[in-house]
Amino acid sequence: MEPIISVRGLVNRFGAQIVHDGLDADIRPGEVFGIVGGSGSGKSVLLRTLLGLQKPTQGTVCIEGHEITARSARDLLPVKRRYGVLFQHGALFSSLSVAQNVELPIAEHHRIDAAMLRELALLRIRMVGLPVDTAAKLPAQLSGGMTKRVALARALALDPAILFLDEPTSGLDPISAAAFDRLVLELQKDLALTVVMITHDLDTIFRVCNRVGVIVDGKMISGTLDQIVRHDHPWIRDYFHGERSRAPHGLAEKDG
Amino acid sequence: MQVETRDENGRRLMRMRGRWTVEEAVTLAPLLQQAARGAGGVFVFDATGVEQMDLTGAWLLHAREQDLLQSGSRIEWNGGRPALLEFIDRTFQGRHQEAPPAETMPGPQRVLHGLGFWTVRLKEGALDFVGFLGAVTAGFGHIFGSVKRLRLPSVVRHVYETGVTAVPIVALIAFLISVIVAYIGAQQLRKFGGEIFVVDLVTVAVLRELGVLLTAIIVAGRSGSAFAAEIGAMKLNDEVDALRAIGMDPVEVLVLPRILGLVIALPALTLVADAMGLAGGALLSWYLVDIPFSQFLERAQGAIGEMTFWVGMIKAPVFAVLIAMVGTLRGMQVRTSSRELGRLTTTAVVQSIFLVILADSVFAVVFLELDI
Repeated sequence: MEPIISVRGLVNRFGAQIVHDGLDADIRPGEVFGIVGGSGSGKSVLLRTLLGLQKPTQGTVCIEGHEITARSARDLLPVKRRYGVLFQHGALFSSLSVAQNVELPIAEHHRIDAAMLRELALLRIRMVGLPVDTAAKLPAQLSGGMTKRVALARALALDPAILFLDEPTSGLDPISAAAFDRLVLELQKDLALTVVMITHDLDTIFRVCNRVGVIVDGKMISGTLDQIVRHDHPWIRDYFHGERSRAPHGLAEKDG
Repeated sequence: MQVETRDENGRRLMRMRGRWTVEEAVTLAPLLQQAARGAGGVFVFDATGVEQMDLTGAWLLHAREQDLLQSGSRIEWNGGRPALLEFIDRTFQGRHQEAPPAETMPGPQRVLHGLGFWTVRLKEGALDFVGFLGAVTAGFGHIFGSVKRLRLPSVVRHVYETGVTAVPIVALIAFLISVIVAYIGAQQLRKFGGEIFVVDLVTVAVLRELGVLLTAIIVAGRSGSAFAAEIGAMKLNDEVDALRAIGMDPVEVLVLPRILGLVIALPALTLVADAMGLAGGALLSWYLVDIPFSQFLERAQGAIGEMTFWVGMIKAPVFAVLIAMVGTLRGMQVRTSSRELGRLTTTAVVQSIFLVILADSVFAVVFLELDI
């Protein structure tokens, strides 16, 4: 299957610090791809590169066949409409209500009258499992879990094909995190999304990811969850079988 | 056309085709309305010809479908109901909440509501202010209790940022304004041959009023806004709560050094403004009415009393306290959003300039009564 996102020979260098050193990655349509790596391994830089927010030192990034690294901001617009992003802390616009936050991308890109716009926003708000009266609230009035859900609703505003999630369950309690994972899975199936997520949460990885890419030594080792769990790179072994993983996850137990 | 209609055995066939996406929403909505018009009873929907459907398209179709069902029609799907419509069904399931109605209020009630709202806000603002005043006073009390609590590096930083970096602009503006005053004064006084009084005009005006007032207004614009924005951004970032959690008093750490810094910086800046104002006056006197510098000095000494300089100078620390208090208070009031930050920063500047001018007029009346 043709990959929906393909990264070739990505190099990111900041001064003397080399973050990515020839990183390759392929993400296939319709899968949930988890990006894992230690702190400072360049997960966020990779995400920013994929989003076109940062030009890499070398290498190419193709999204749906469009090479994005060589494009200007204006040429990137059609590609940008094809993806939605959930930032780690939600990044909701603090002076806009929840409904306005969700309406904003739609209103910016399409000519739609106010009444329909509100209905479309309410649909997204319902979709992420929030009560409709959330719509009038301001971001400051929301709990952490609700903030993530509103951010997800905004990420889905433009009916994207690809959904980027940056640490979607960080800061949530295990029960809310599990509920959020379920929501992501459901939406991924119903809306036929390709999901790319950065996460540290082993539970999330085992619950939702089909394939995982681990960033080690500036490169990416990717494969199905099975393959990665069995990989013999020391960091990966430590990550999946170390003390803190405490093997509650079906796969790790079965194979270990 | 994205909707084709045909009537067959009393049933209305609606065949959807083409793209049903958000880009087409503007044309799709009226098309759907039209297509169902004039029929009742049974509709046959056929979405097999749709090339691409997104949530918006699905939602439009869903809304139409629900409308028709509500009005008692029956709908059959030829070739199956699109999965996205099923998905929308599920999102509505279990939560039959309607969108909350927009709040409407009759006119008189709205006026009362507004009045009440503003009264409560006014009360909260006043309480805020009194509380802040108390906290600042208590903070100064602590400093006098133990000098360790005086954060000297912080005070020095604020003296530098509010004072030293403001010298060029304060000097330039003081110079230009006194040139303007001297110029207009010379023109008017020439009419009755009293050009020499330009010197009196400029020295008294600059030393008593203009020097300190201009400086205070510039500083309110520069530093009052900076105080509000800095502290406001820290509030938004939970830094102020972090200080409290560490066991540090935000008033002591953030507010007092700024007040102290400005109380030192503003009089110093006023001195600069006074000097530059006099220089501007001297220059213009020489240029316009041929008064040499030595004569200007002589005349100036005769024009001012013992207290003239101090009358101006004494106001500077008072203005400094007003500007710093308003700026830091407004910063502390930021709670939730970036828009609030902008609004309160604006408020800080407007209010501090207003308070400075108000205080100046109070000073004027007091000095008049004291006959200084």
